[in-house]
Amino acid sequence: MMAEAGYYAVILALFISLAQSIVPFATINRRASDAVGFVCQAAIGQFAFVAFAFACLTYAFVTSDFSVEVVAANSHTLKPLLYKISGVWSNHEGSMLLWVLILTLFGAAVALFGGNIPDRLRANVLGVHGLLGFGFLLFIVMTSNPFRRLADPPPDGNGLNPILQDPGLAIHPPFLYLGYVGFSMAFSFSVAALIAGKVDATWARWVRPWVLAAWCFLTIGITLGSAWAYYTLGWGGWWFWDPVENASFMPWLAGTALLHSALVVERRNALVSWTILLGILTFSLSLIGTFLVRSGVLTSVHSFAVDPARGVFILLLLTLSTGGALLLYAIRMQNLRHEALFSPVSRESGLTLNNVLLSIAAATVFLGTFYPLIFEIFTNDKISVGPPYFNRTFVPIMVPLLIIMVVGPMLKWKRDDVLAAFKRLRPAAYACLLAFVAVFAITFGHNAFAAMFMALAAWLVFGSLTALTTRIRLGSARLTTTLTLARNTPRSFYGQIVAHAGMGLVVAGITGMTAWATEKIDMLRPGQSLELSGYEVRLRSVGMAPGPNYDAERGIFDISRGGQPFTQLVSERRFFPVRQQQTTSAGIRTNLVSNLYVVLGDPDANGAWAVRFYYHPFIPLVWIGALLMAFGGFISLSDRRLRVGAPQRSARPLVAIPAE
Amino acid sequence: MTRPLRSSFGVGIAVTFALLSFVPAPARAVTPDEIMSDSKLETRARNLSQELRCVVCQNQSIDDSNAPLARDLRVLLRERLVAGDTDQQVLDYLVARYGNFVLLKPPIQLSTLFLWAGPALFLLLAGVSFGRYLRSAAAGPRQAAPLSAAEQTQLEALLDDRRSA
Repeated sequence: MMAEAGYYAVILALFISLAQSIVPFATINRRASDAVGFVCQAAIGQFAFVAFAFACLTYAFVTSDFSVEVVAANSHTLKPLLYKISGVWSNHEGSMLLWVLILTLFGAAVALFGGNIPDRLRANVLGVHGLLGFGFLLFIVMTSNPFRRLADPPPDGNGLNPILQDPGLAIHPPFLYLGYVGFSMAFSFSVAALIAGKVDATWARWVRPWVLAAWCFLTIGITLGSAWAYYTLGWGGWWFWDPVENASFMPWLAGTALLHSALVVERRNALVSWTILLGILTFSLSLIGTFLVRSGVLTSVHSFAVDPARGVFILLLLTLSTGGALLLYAIRMQNLRHEALFSPVSRESGLTLNNVLLSIAAATVFLGTFYPLIFEIFTNDKISVGPPYFNRTFVPIMVPLLIIMVVGPMLKWKRDDVLAAFKRLRPAAYACLLAFVAVFAITFGHNAFAAMFMALAAWLVFGSLTALTTRIRLGSARLTTTLTLARNTPRSFYGQIVAHAGMGLVVAGITGMTAWATEKIDMLRPGQSLELSGYEVRLRSVGMAPGPNYDAERGIFDISRGGQPFTQLVSERRFFPVRQQQTTSAGIRTNLVSNLYVVLGDPDANGAWAVRFYYHPFIPLVWIGALLMAFGGFISLSDRRLRVGAPQRSARPLVAIPAE
Repeated sequence: MTRPLRSSFGVGIAVTFALLSFVPAPARAVTPDEIMSDSKLETRARNLSQELRCVVCQNQSIDDSNAPLARDLRVLLRERLVAGDTDQQVLDYLVARYGNFVLLKPPIQLSTLFLWAGPALFLLLAGVSFGRYLRSAAAGPRQAAPLSAAEQTQLEALLDDRRSA
């Protein structure tokens, strides 16, 4: 019954979304207040019904209702409750429902919390958003119905892929979707602006919180995926330039550019066309990512559903939405051209350069991801584009960007002097140089690249701190002045400092891991040990350890350093009888700066076990830095200025009162 | 990172094959018995392994994959190194047998020209348009067209009104 109720709710939501998309544009020449009330209620209603449908699907999973097809295919009575719930979105149909849930969530949020957005803009935005919802609900109803019943329910389900039975991965999709589905709101805002033919600073003010929120969640989602891959896949890999990883990374790059671009529109009413274009492209990249994952077009570790019908539908959705939006852009952009006045050295130009470099980075990742597909179509031969390609093309584009990230915020709006800006950055420059020399010396000159990138990391961290100290005049004014300035500094500034410093940590983490990770592989019998990087790893014992839905062989390792006992790590080889699959759980010890990583491997005929031990310096900084970036974003989001209303024209005409 | 393939019957065979060849959660897959005693050769082997794709897996290098074919390729690779091949000769040997698909770093040839030159081209294009944009931004908004004679008289009348008010 619940499944049918859920399906009915989806269909109701479909028709509400249709109404939601028609009404604003049918009433486009009437007063906006007529339409906006209906449209807001429609958006909330659409969310309510989709949420109900999602609840019905969750109920089916939690109660192990195997008469529902997706539950039978992906769940099992023995599965722990958390994974029964996360099983809802770890299959194609359920994840599409989650996608639409978040799409409608953002629509409802604008309806509920966007009270200070001008009526006409809000009606148009929700109208476009409704159109997106309609497309995806139609996709669900026509090709990916999660509520299909089986005529012959099996006594038990197929179980869930053991790799996915992990808390980190359970929450990874919701965060990811909050991110790149959240960018749909930026798309709606952009298209709404094009329809209205008006883009100004207030538009940027309204769009920025939504872009920022989506960006923060996407950052967290990508970080979770990377951290999960690290501790699950067994050797410390954390990024593979896999097509599906790229599918989430491209919207992130474009979204970052959009975020900074909207800033310029808000402050200086410049870069308007770029911002609109980025708003359209960011969500289009999300759609392309969806297409990649669900159509079977590319081989990837992530491939979701291999079904050409779905692929064609999404491609159609993509063509209509992106194509339509870009067409509208081409037609309307002439009317929206703004003339900005700024010198080649100014914060505007810095932000423009930031946009340019991020867009090129996104384009490079796009090129590398899609080239094998295009190549195969045109030459009937197959090639692979993997990490060696991206390391050689992506990294050189990012380096100048990372340098500008520090200089840009120190430039003044409209016109500034490069030398003056660098003079203000002297502390950061010293730190940068110091880091280079220190690392170069420590590695005896063997690794100039590592030294260079560590210097870049120092530049980022200390550059951000310098921006802060300059603004609050730390050291150059009285302490009370500094404290007052610190109190009055808007939160978005602190957000910027934290986020840019976080990026510095990420660079440091990547550099450390790439340059100095070490590993040792050996066959050990219980009692034997191996040595690496000053640590001695002794295999104490290997025994059986059953789990809730698996059997495991558990290896216990004693780790000592310099002769003194340091820690004990456990690594398991888990066998899942339902799916006949084996996974390995690594033993990891972290002090938040570096990791020790031990994995139990295959046994041989003589009672010895393959043991792999890794020393991973600085890898935790990658995720700590990334989370710091998201945290900085949230700090910015809490800035009061993002919630202040737009000035409204007052009803009474102003009457001039002569001075007495 | 993996997500489950949709286990409908139509793709059941593909799923089974994938599951057989791609053991989920593989450890970095070099086993102790593959490791060569010459550490320089071993380093070369590891570096090369990271540039070679496990052709039956879903996007993994042979260094990372536990699949039997990956192991075979690792062993083959080491044999060629021991036989004295240079890095490029080893890669050519494997490409001759498995095609360009086995290379994770795409070959630099005419058909991949855009792939390799693309990013540099983007940078160049962007640089040029960025330069032009900066120049137009520095020049500022276009000057308004000068007033016609009628508009000039209108302006003067308005100004006179204001002065006398």
